[in-house]
Amino acid sequence: MAKLKDLAAMEDRLVAGHGMCLGCGIPLIFKIILRATEDPLIIANATGCLEVCTTIFPRTSWNVTWIHSAFENAASTIAGVESMYKALKKKGRIPEDKKIKFLGVGGDGGTYDIGLQALSGAVERGHDIVYVCYDNNAYANTGGQRSSATPFGASATTSPEGAESPGKLQRRKDLTKILVAHNIPYVAQASPNRWQDLYKKAQKAFEIEGPAFLNVLCFCPTEWKYDESQGIRLAQTAIDTCVWPLYEVENGKYKINYIPKEKKPVLEWIKPQGRFRHLFKEENAWVLEEYQKQVDEDWEELNKLAKL
Amino acid sequence: MKKETWKELTIGTINLDAGNSVKNLTGTWRSGKKPQFIEEKCIQCFFCWLYCPHSAILVEGGEVKGINYDYCTGCGMCSVECPPKEKAIIMVKEEAKLAEGGAE
Repeated sequence: MAKLKDLAAMEDRLVAGHGMCLGCGIPLIFKIILRATEDPLIIANATGCLEVCTTIFPRTSWNVTWIHSAFENAASTIAGVESMYKALKKKGRIPEDKKIKFLGVGGDGGTYDIGLQALSGAVERGHDIVYVCYDNNAYANTGGQRSSATPFGASATTSPEGAESPGKLQRRKDLTKILVAHNIPYVAQASPNRWQDLYKKAQKAFEIEGPAFLNVLCFCPTEWKYDESQGIRLAQTAIDTCVWPLYEVENGKYKINYIPKEKKPVLEWIKPQGRFRHLFKEENAWVLEEYQKQVDEDWEELNKLAKL
Repeated sequence: MKKETWKELTIGTINLDAGNSVKNLTGTWRSGKKPQFIEEKCIQCFFCWLYCPHSAILVEGGEVKGINYDYCTGCGMCSVECPPKEKAIIMVKEEAKLAEGGAE
């Protein structure tokens, strides 16, 4: 089992001085993931919070080779780099025993929506890459527009709550399952508050040959509108309410990694967050009910899949 | 900071100075509150190090030694995640503020 003390002694691949918000979840996620391999790393980063905040010209927070890709093609970029590496190895220009790991990174906007076809293509072609999506449920970098990862009932700038609307009225896209449907060796869902679990999943993703995908919940005080010191607590509530179940799918086999002792009502997850505040209005009670129903359905479905 | 022109830029504007963002002192954003480290109470669990978004926990010789106020933005996550029995990090009122601007 990894010890935090040992992880802290490792070199920082993402250093201080980046411009991410107070209490942001992204640096915590990558603090763990970037330590899950000791091999040299090449990263392709889709446009998004992480990309913008870590590379404010003329500076960079990256201590590894890092490429900025457009919103839609981080997966294609990293797949191309991986292909080049294989070709150069074949030609003998990279030594046979030299190992390099390839990581594609994007937020939910760059992964669930805009980068979906590039990601689908890259994993379908079977490149030996890891793709990590940090899912903060919105286009947080451009002012909090709704994405397909925004939860049902949440208010976002393009699905605002008000007299005519109770927030987003579409069900959340289940990207993790879409990746499972690609029949790739490893797909997992994780959260930074269970760091051991996230670390192990990242290690597995880097070790496995072929494409691996990690979908990591990323709290966002700016768009979720909660007290910025409570991020880890909120992530804990997300897994206790089964809004964000932790599970992995290895070669098609589902395994749930965290079963709450007592499944809490979705109410506890939405209560501290300003983006759900309108759901407490009487006329919006049905939205909350519907959200709970969706979460229950998904959790039941997942449990069925894990028993197969 | 002196503005560079295209003549000074590398081809493809590649940044060869990896990790140079350490010159951005994010501690200048802090306002109102800051964490205080109480060394005697610390059990070296490293949760503060893990959950600090701005890499502002000082680790020396394998031990947590305090807070680097050059980078600490005062979000308070370290204090919330510090084990409740010990509470080796508490949030206190900020008295003096760092000067604006980076370290150049």
